[in-house]
Amino acid sequence: MSDSKHNTPMLDELENGPWPSFISGIKRLRDDHPDGRINGIANDLLGQLEHSYETRKGYWKGGTVSVFGYGGGIIPRFSEVGKQFPDSKEFHTLRVQPPAGNHYTTDMLRQLGDSWEKWGSGLVTFHGQTGNIMFIGTSTENTQHFFDEINDYGFDLGGAGPCVRTAMSCIGAARCEQSCTNEHRLHRELVNNFTDDVHRPALPYKFKFKVSGCPNDCMNSIERADFAVIGTWRDDIKVDQAEVANYVNEKGRQHVIDNVITRCPTNCMSLTNDDKLEIDNRNCVKCMHCLNVMNKSLSPGDDKGVSILIGGKRTLKIGDLMGTVVVPFMKLDNDDDYERIVEMAEEIIDFWAENGLEHERCGEMIERIGLVNFLEGVGIEVDPNMISHPRESSYVRMDGWDEEAEKWFDRQREAKQAAAS
Amino acid sequence: MALSLENMRRPIESGCPDGMQYMHPVMVKNFGQWKYHEHPRPGVLVHYAHSGDAIWTVKAGTQRILDVYTLRKLCDIGDKYADGHIHFTIRSNIEYMVSEEAKVEPLIEALEKEGFVVGGTGNSVAFISHTQGWLHCDIPGTDASGVVKAMMDELIDEFKNCRMPNRVHITTSCCQINCGGQGDIAINVQHTKPPKINHDLVANVCERPSVVARCPVAAIRPAMVNGKPSLEVDEKKCICCGACYPPCPPMQINDPEHSKLAIWVGGNHSNARSKPSFQKLVAGGVPNNPPRWPEATAIVKKILQAYQQDARDWERVNDWIERIGWPRFFELTGLPFTKYHIDNWRGSRKSLNSSTYIRL
Repeated sequence: MSDSKHNTPMLDELENGPWPSFISGIKRLRDDHPDGRINGIANDLLGQLEHSYETRKGYWKGGTVSVFGYGGGIIPRFSEVGKQFPDSKEFHTLRVQPPAGNHYTTDMLRQLGDSWEKWGSGLVTFHGQTGNIMFIGTSTENTQHFFDEINDYGFDLGGAGPCVRTAMSCIGAARCEQSCTNEHRLHRELVNNFTDDVHRPALPYKFKFKVSGCPNDCMNSIERADFAVIGTWRDDIKVDQAEVANYVNEKGRQHVIDNVITRCPTNCMSLTNDDKLEIDNRNCVKCMHCLNVMNKSLSPGDDKGVSILIGGKRTLKIGDLMGTVVVPFMKLDNDDDYERIVEMAEEIIDFWAENGLEHERCGEMIERIGLVNFLEGVGIEVDPNMISHPRESSYVRMDGWDEEAEKWFDRQREAKQAAAS
Repeated sequence: MALSLENMRRPIESGCPDGMQYMHPVMVKNFGQWKYHEHPRPGVLVHYAHSGDAIWTVKAGTQRILDVYTLRKLCDIGDKYADGHIHFTIRSNIEYMVSEEAKVEPLIEALEKEGFVVGGTGNSVAFISHTQGWLHCDIPGTDASGVVKAMMDELIDEFKNCRMPNRVHITTSCCQINCGGQGDIAINVQHTKPPKINHDLVANVCERPSVVARCPVAAIRPAMVNGKPSLEVDEKKCICCGACYPPCPPMQINDPEHSKLAIWVGGNHSNARSKPSFQKLVAGGVPNNPPRWPEATAIVKKILQAYQQDARDWERVNDWIERIGWPRFFELTGLPFTKYHIDNWRGSRKSLNSSTYIRL
């Protein structure tokens, strides 16, 4: 450790107040840890951070660091003020994929902590915004040693750079009554099919999978994922009328009318004079509000599956984009279904890899080429569930109308036959 | 311990590990078979399965950047007071699951005794999801953990209670890439001046065509400056987004004085009641003021107060504003409405009022 502790008057202010302080934690590594290496890293990290607070500027720059056999997964950080803060001058983060659903045992957390203490700074976050365990701060050489150690007991790097990124899924079926799919399995089937694309960045830009078990979309997948899968159902909401009566009895009719009936976005509910809930299920859009409010009385139907939305992302470069419905509903029950969805992801990533510009997210490509060209490229038929409303602009050439209309009727016939058989 | 090619270990490309092996046995047993849940007090959920089993969850906020001592402390609590199984939420809260109700109170006591904050469930202000900032990022305009620590100190009572009309998700981001994501309230860096270019470095550091291609408004063009190939910015066109800075660090966008914070509201990921929504700008020019960023926190509190007082049960921030209208939002919060609130990006005409729906 360098000669003396850096003064950190500004950071010290962050030790005040009732919320747990990360500064106190880093100071403990500086002051109490038996390993001088960790004391030194913590001291210089605090020194550099204080310098940032004083000057209101960041002092990390990127670079190229990976582990043997991979091209990504590490966020390299070299200090621009490494001379002043030599012990943290290399301060790389390893992005490690957590178990699907972010479940751990204390034993596993301790094991990860022990490995990190051996090779890194002793600072870790569960989890970063992409969903990785962030092991924050180690040297180029120790990056390899740490990875070798945790890789031996089942952990692998996540994505960084223009690649398939670490996926995320909600707690879902593990502990939530609204879950309509096996988020856990789907998360792993999807991302683990693309380990090569996770570890060796060679795509136009990042590509994220997120799986939410119901339209509450706790994973923010529509807003944040290139490939969002959301559990849903297509039969009737299950209503326990006895529980409905209990709820009305407990909360009052007006409460139910004001908080459930009138909040339905498609006005498909009514409360009868004898306190039964009637639902026009044909018009239910599965928004989840009534199920959230009356979760003891109402449950998703039995005919469950998923919707898929493609192309969500945040601002840069062309502005915010939500995902667009590309598959309104598909069953996800057996191995064939899982295979189908993984193949669809392959098709989409291949098409985007070939047609996306450098640094262009999948949704931006769709914006540039139009949804129809994208659908034709990946072999998906158009469906009115993909749009909020048909086009308003008459600037379109429509000389293929009859063929396109025939395709629609053909698909309708096929669907009818499939349903009958 | 030098690394030479011949003794390098080849990676095992195992990808995402199976979470089932770490999951609480009651959750494994009842996987996909949950019936309903209750919320007995802030920070505690109990889920009931069709089998008759139940599982209690105790949720707590931490400092998120965990040192190994804190991590072990959390594990000790998990071993002594819970069943040894831990789950982290998407917003980095820790959750302990226990199969007996009797374990809940001692667990809460143990967490609080060690300074962790039990709460964050139901209609609370959830933990602020945030990014890396000055601690680790290469392009940040501000810190992340520090802003969040300072803000949570002020909002802690709203984390520990459920006094909001619906849940409130707050996010922060240190640049306009917005890794923090959408939030009911978002505090994001907003640069206000074009990048300052170090022309001596551009040719050696930056791949110039790809920097030109990154600019959303085509304001960057190649130029010879002082006899060296560099880039120049049309400062009249520049929107100060900072997109050029990551691929070209000599185009410094961060400015100790002019990189400000902006506050956005109404981002909502859920489909409940209305379709998911993006956050909208409500306040700009907020000083980026370490170590405690009091100006940003004051605005957040003002918005929360107006929302708490005026919104109806179950309305998220976006639902509330949709009902009362934007003029009323600015009236209730006392925030100024400026020309900067009116969007002029592509597709922005959809955000203009083309009706006589005016609350007079």
